[in-house]
Amino acid sequence: MNQIQSILQGIGSTVQLGARSLAYVGTLPRQPARFIQQCYDIGYTTLPIVAILSFFIGSVLALQAGYSMQDFGAQQFIGSLVGLSMARELGPMMVAILLAGRVGSAITAELASMTVYQEVDALVTMNIPPARLLVMPRLVGVLVMMPVLTIIANIVGWFGGAIICKYTAFISLEPEAYFSALRRYMKFQDVFNGIEKAEVFGFVVVLVCCNIGLMTRGGPREIGAAVTRAVVTSLILILVLDYFVTKILI
Amino acid sequence: MPTSSSRNPFTAEEIPAVDVAVEHLVKNYGSLKVLRDISFKVEPGEIFVLMGPSGSGKSVLLRQIVGLERPTSGTVTINGLDAGNEKTREQIRIGYVFQAGALFNSLSVYDNLALYPREHRVGSESDIRKKVNHALQILSLDGTGAKFPSDLSGGMKKRVSIARALVMEPQLLLYDEPTSELDPVMSATISEIIGTLKDEYKVTSIVVTHDRDLALSISDRVGIILNGKLVHVGPPAELQHPKDPRIADFLNPKIDIQHPRYKTLESASEHESESVPSAEPPST
Repeated sequence: MNQIQSILQGIGSTVQLGARSLAYVGTLPRQPARFIQQCYDIGYTTLPIVAILSFFIGSVLALQAGYSMQDFGAQQFIGSLVGLSMARELGPMMVAILLAGRVGSAITAELASMTVYQEVDALVTMNIPPARLLVMPRLVGVLVMMPVLTIIANIVGWFGGAIICKYTAFISLEPEAYFSALRRYMKFQDVFNGIEKAEVFGFVVVLVCCNIGLMTRGGPREIGAAVTRAVVTSLILILVLDYFVTKILI
Repeated sequence: MPTSSSRNPFTAEEIPAVDVAVEHLVKNYGSLKVLRDISFKVEPGEIFVLMGPSGSGKSVLLRQIVGLERPTSGTVTINGLDAGNEKTREQIRIGYVFQAGALFNSLSVYDNLALYPREHRVGSESDIRKKVNHALQILSLDGTGAKFPSDLSGGMKKRVSIARALVMEPQLLLYDEPTSELDPVMSATISEIIGTLKDEYKVTSIVVTHDRDLALSISDRVGIILNGKLVHVGPPAELQHPKDPRIADFLNPKIDIQHPRYKTLESASEHESESVPSAEPPST
């Protein structure tokens, strides 16, 4: 019973925090440095790991598809399979998971530490709403950076697949044929749907991580526990939301 | 002597001072009763010191006054406005000196002080620079603007915290244990700073402390909290010879060296000295 109550409280406080933070969007032009810093933290610092993982996910997809399709002589469709899988599902999902693990944990640790060491209380006494200073720039930052990261993840993944197709003996598919299939069976809507998914995942991950950070009470031990809780909650929410968002978009 | 207005430390303009009224305040955390029916009033420009042993509820009371927590029952008003209402903080500037400083670790000392005026757009950047530098000067912190809180000693953090509150040009200044964890010299310096702020700027101030010397030296009136109850309010002179034995015990604790606890310590100490071999070499 207590667990259900705490889940409901968590949902309520997260929704409230989201609404309060979005109400301050108009103050963004007054804090450009914070917004740029968040774009840097969320986008630029996550980019290398997104690129590396996307390359290998695209490669593995191509390898598995090539292995399965060689029996049917359908290797020419690998490009469309890798392209659609990356754009509609794996690109946004992987970026969101990396965001939760890398950026979400850092956000929770920072805000939990600020809460525990009364920095958030200091903001409140100075009549500076934490939602305006600490949450809103992060939410806008993630909304700006998620499409960028997702598009880069898609492109790198597609190229990873193309390279594997060319240099794997049992596939031996030229990049021209690979990209020709990718273009033929993919629509702009597929990429756009993936970006929409990424926006939802990114917004929810950052909001949940901010809320868990700001709700932390206690000492250093609770900061660690809050980070774990934030990452686990984010991962569960990404997978649950993935189903519902996909259902809506299909 | 309380006055109806205080002087802005930066512009020498008069700032309307505020009063604080606490009425029948009760604060419980679950079944734990922390504050029990507390009532008192702080006059404009007055320094009111709240004393009590650790865990008596002083800091909790301060959090109700600044509006960081809502009371279980009772009211706290500042100039007649509900202290817990966010709009009150828009109308009345309240400086809060936290026990641990609560400085923003990711910002330099200068940016810590400049945060309030920047966020509230109080003056141009050059005005803010003047204010911040003046506050640093008042608190003898010249040259520390570029440092980060992690580079500062405990005493310096306390002073930066006071300077940050001062930059807000507060109408009400709350201090939570301003001399805790400080050496006697630094405690005296902080007392002196609070005294200077009282004499020169006459901001309404509430100081929470268990430091008897600080309380008696800076206060206009002192309130004593014991076990969550306000048991005494009066001028500091009344505390020289308190009639209430509980207050007398708190202010002038007597150590009974005949108590079994001290006997045990004494015998342990003797036993230890017998078992430790002599540092001197044996004579030959």
